[in-house]
Amino acid sequence: MAIVDSPAPPETVPGSASRTLGQHVNDYFGRVKGGDLGSLPAVLGLIVLCIWFTIQRPVFFSAINFANLFTQGANVIVIAMGLVFVLLLGEIDLSAGFASGVCAAVLAVLLTNQHVPWYLSVLASVGTGLAIGLTLGTLVAKIRIPSFVVTLAAFLAFQGVALLMLKNGANISVTDPVIRAIENKNLPIWLSWTLLAVVVLGYLVVQLLRIRSRAARGLATDPLALVATRVGGLALLGGLAVYFLNLERSLNPLRTSLRGVPVVVPLILVLLLVWTFVLGRTAYGRHMYAVGGNQEAARRAGINVDTIRISAFVICSGMAAIGGIVAASRANSVDSNTGGSNVLLYAVGAAVIGGTSLFGGKGRVLDAVLGGAVVAVIDNGMGLLGYTAGQKFVITGIVLLAAASVDALSRRRAAATGVR
Amino acid sequence: MTAAPLLELRGINKSFGPVQVLRDVDFTAQAGEVTALVGDNGAGKSTLVKCIGGIYSIDSGEYLFNGQPVTVHSPRDAAHLGVEIVYQDLALCDNLDIVQNMFLGRERRSGIVLDEPTMEQMAAETLDRLSVRTVKSIRQHVASLSGGQRQTVAIAKAVLWNSKLVILDEPTAALGVAQTAQVLELVRQLADNGLGVVLISHNMNDVFAVADRIVALYLGRTAAQVNATDITHAQIVELITAGRSGDLGLAPAAAAIDLGEINGVV
Repeated sequence: MAIVDSPAPPETVPGSASRTLGQHVNDYFGRVKGGDLGSLPAVLGLIVLCIWFTIQRPVFFSAINFANLFTQGANVIVIAMGLVFVLLLGEIDLSAGFASGVCAAVLAVLLTNQHVPWYLSVLASVGTGLAIGLTLGTLVAKIRIPSFVVTLAAFLAFQGVALLMLKNGANISVTDPVIRAIENKNLPIWLSWTLLAVVVLGYLVVQLLRIRSRAARGLATDPLALVATRVGGLALLGGLAVYFLNLERSLNPLRTSLRGVPVVVPLILVLLLVWTFVLGRTAYGRHMYAVGGNQEAARRAGINVDTIRISAFVICSGMAAIGGIVAASRANSVDSNTGGSNVLLYAVGAAVIGGTSLFGGKGRVLDAVLGGAVVAVIDNGMGLLGYTAGQKFVITGIVLLAAASVDALSRRRAAATGVR
Repeated sequence: MTAAPLLELRGINKSFGPVQVLRDVDFTAQAGEVTALVGDNGAGKSTLVKCIGGIYSIDSGEYLFNGQPVTVHSPRDAAHLGVEIVYQDLALCDNLDIVQNMFLGRERRSGIVLDEPTMEQMAAETLDRLSVRTVKSIRQHVASLSGGQRQTVAIAKAVLWNSKLVILDEPTAALGVAQTAQVLELVRQLADNGLGVVLISHNMNDVFAVADRIVALYLGRTAAQVNATDITHAQIVELITAGRSGDLGLAPAAAAIDLGEINGVV
């Protein structure tokens, strides 16, 4: 490193000129044209779907349904966040749905049948998820069985394990107040607003600190107008969401008041922040992208590729366990179908719709949240329009296929134009 | 020769199953010199380089660095010694930007957080010192770079570290005339800065343009190690194709036996 020590930082570092807001906007359109769509399809889809469903069924845009969207989509979003890590490596985990079911069953058996305190049950449940991920990851990375086959086998086996644990399909109810609170309780009004203020101010401070540290070294910085747009946008969207969630949505407010941000929202927010930090700001996250982008290059750079691959499966199954706990909280019970049915399809769909590539190397945890919102809106809206289960499955399948097509086509275009 | 050479390999053997790729190979590289490694396809150049870089571990033989015997079992060991290899396929991640690629596997951190400003600054200064002006932004993804730009990034990645020996595998193979000249100038500059440079090339013009010494491999053996000024273009071609040229190269018997073996097998 001696050869790069310089006594004083130069005025501006070459190849690192600051650009104006207009240039940033131009760059963005350039990237989109070049095939790097990012979250654009998810955001546009979300807007179009919301308008369409509101026209069809005005009740879609009611306070109570808005809150429902969050609690309905929560477990899929949490599982999808974990899946992003596996997808980043170009792998797949088909067992994430039933892994969440098994972990939920562990929780329910311990809580209800064994009367174990909630925190130990949660610990055991998440621990089960981590152990599942370690097993799957080792089979994929060390034995080198394709992840598709490993997790397909696990998909079948975990379905059986859930049945066995629940004594052939019995339903175990979850009555623990803490677990039930995740999906059934709301934050007080003041705490909802405080939470928003903390998030927006925190975002602003992080951005300003970043600009200060980069400017001190003569590096390119984002224009303040861009920062203001981002922070303002977050404050506006967050403010609208908190305002709607704080509206009274109980049918009989005199008996029970139902207002505030559902408890699961801050849970998702914390998971989003933690994993975004890990992927974007730590060496581990950087190595995850590197292995997904070019495994050979990562290996030559001295990155332990096997460890990275195993860890992705551990994170995925660990997040599936948390998703299972959320599902148990929502249903107030666990049965053999928890985490089954369309949960996995929805979770993979959420990640891909959000902009995570099935080919590896591209994706963010935020994709899971945006895509999860699209999936939740489709599911919820079709329910309100009175679609049958059959129609819902067909339409969700088509949406997933469309998202995968956008992914494949934009990848081809990106390869042709050199933008990525 | 008074000072020990920067890198010295003695009697290196390497087999893949029944196929012996390297037989008693000797190789030396001096600091401040460009050593060209030449040989026909299948002569063992790439295998030798991967042994030096720790991708493959050697079956037997001595690996001396600055006169000290060392063992190199992984790319990390080689990097620790100050050996950097720029592979023909460059080994860059298309989905990462220039800075991220240059620091891949050796990211600067403050605490657990990546120290992006420091990395960006160091990368920019290194590119500037190598007189790279063609890159628009060092935060652009490698996917969007041309072949010459990728080669430059890969070389910059190698010299960013306090490296002592830089090995370049066919750096000009895919480049146009102007870009080839630029890269060769860069190669000469690295050696003039005191680094040991090993240049693998099929192009004899490139070899004679920058090399101080030439090592020729023939069917897994060292055919000759000579100064570039002591040998002609024609002699090198003979060494590459027949393993010997006049007094230079393998003993006639050895070369003939090897050729016989090969013919017998085929």
